[in-house]
Amino acid sequence: MTSTERTGHESYYGRPILKQPVWKSEVGWYLFTGGLAGASASLSLAARMAGNRSLARTSSLVAAAAVNVSPLLLVKDLGRPERFLNMLRVFKPTSPMSVGSWLLAATGTAQSAATTCELLDVLPRVGGGAQACAGLLGPALATYTGALLSDTAVPAWHEARRELPAVFAASSCASAGAAATLVGDVRATGPARRLAVLGAAAELVATGIMERRLGVLGEPYRQGRAGRYARVAKPATAAGLAVTALGRGRLRRAGAALILGGAVLQRFAIFEAGKASARDPRYTLALQRQHAG
Amino acid sequence: MSNPRADGVETYRGEQQRMGFFTDTSVCIGCKACEVACKEWNAVPEDGLVFTAQSYDNTGELGANTWRHVAFVEQQVEAHDGTTDAMRWLMSSDVCKHCTHAACLDVCPTGALFRTEFGTVVVQEDVCNGCGYCIPACPFGVLDRREIEDDGRVWKCTLCYDRVGDGMTPACAKACPTESIQFGPLDELRERADDRVAELRDAGEQDARLYGADPSDGVGGFGAFFLLLDEPEVYGLPPDPVVTTRDLPEMWRAVGAAALGLAGAVALSMLGRRR
Repeated sequence: MTSTERTGHESYYGRPILKQPVWKSEVGWYLFTGGLAGASASLSLAARMAGNRSLARTSSLVAAAAVNVSPLLLVKDLGRPERFLNMLRVFKPTSPMSVGSWLLAATGTAQSAATTCELLDVLPRVGGGAQACAGLLGPALATYTGALLSDTAVPAWHEARRELPAVFAASSCASAGAAATLVGDVRATGPARRLAVLGAAAELVATGIMERRLGVLGEPYRQGRAGRYARVAKPATAAGLAVTALGRGRLRRAGAALILGGAVLQRFAIFEAGKASARDPRYTLALQRQHAG
Repeated sequence: MSNPRADGVETYRGEQQRMGFFTDTSVCIGCKACEVACKEWNAVPEDGLVFTAQSYDNTGELGANTWRHVAFVEQQVEAHDGTTDAMRWLMSSDVCKHCTHAACLDVCPTGALFRTEFGTVVVQEDVCNGCGYCIPACPFGVLDRREIEDDGRVWKCTLCYDRVGDGMTPACAKACPTESIQFGPLDELRERADDRVAELRDAGEQDARLYGADPSDGVGGFGAFFLLLDEPEVYGLPPDPVVTTRDLPEMWRAVGAAALGLAGAVALSMLGRRR
């Protein structure tokens, strides 16, 4: 017999209508490292322009590390890793993954060049130009992932299309600020701390707005594996925010570590919520029957 | 958005008509000849002989290794004598819809997915790198990654691109003993389907309806559409599928706004003390 679902619609033996994304945890980590890289590249550029050489150097190093780890994570997740260069075979604005591949390649090249010049203390003008390129591409690298996830049929992602880029932007600011606070010279990381606090606060607000606006599709964000991640992510981010804003010395570094941990877990919460919403035909049906009136 | 005209009659500017399937589920007898013929012709590998205990359905769903899937629905209906313990069979051979506006094709970052001269949507197996983006983009859950034999690429129905190119009928339609699966120019199939629905309704089958024949639906109509005898979700099909890229401009605007916000926050954080 066909099973009757809670929404009152029937489904075929309760089977999913959609296929779950096959992406593994590498993609969840990439959502973090890509955001960290993009926002750190911008922070480094801004610090350089403000004459804060120490912070510029710190963030440049963070950005270079994150932007070079990112493609490794993505290549590892491919079904055919040896064909990774096919990502740059065409440029398709209808595919956020194509746009993102080009963004990552361009930002990665520019940031690596800038950081190399910085470390070797050579070619200051080339390094400055490269940092400008990376810093200007950074915000796009940190936020396109919102379109990457929402440009799918996955209900909990597609319906969050207006909020996801903002959540990722905020979370990236928090990560870049926190990372520089954690590893940088305390005499120069005032701006990074402010960025971490501002980003963490915005991340909490944007996530809250997103989940409320989603209505019934907010459920997957609160339940199951996604819910477990979120229940650790939010207190970690909130505590990290308070400690970073109010604490001193080593305590600030602990706060920054909490913000980073919260940002990683928040990305995984979003990642898992999408998978869960694709798995359950109720969400697919609820949405489409609502459209049909 | 992908390229065929919304009326779905023509795709390329040449002489070639858009070709497709009309699957009339009212005459499906559940023989699975389509599943077998498809596997044979396209050399689709075996992916486990499982017993699902879901009626006669042991393939479960479309995927990388199942390009035709026969669904078996058992429904309780009122018997002719008024008791309620009678049942009816609904059987339906599902397949890739070859959408007019195909999300899989739009989001494919390598160009492995392309639109053929017949208006069908095909994966080039020598280009696909298994990124998996098309899988959650499809509103029907058609595509999947082949995880066996270390393949790692995405596979789906090609509407027998090789056979059709040689003027032949796709394997599933050729093998179908009841003409439940019909292959031909899409405009002809739509006319035939309209007549068939009218015929069934005249015969008292009031729930007969076409699924995917309307070029104004969320995916611009299917290249492979269906005649169903109940709501689409009963067969495991989405009732109102929409191509996700329809909302892409809105997504890029949201990304632009968020990116500007990020840049603004970074600039703002520079104001104030350095320590």
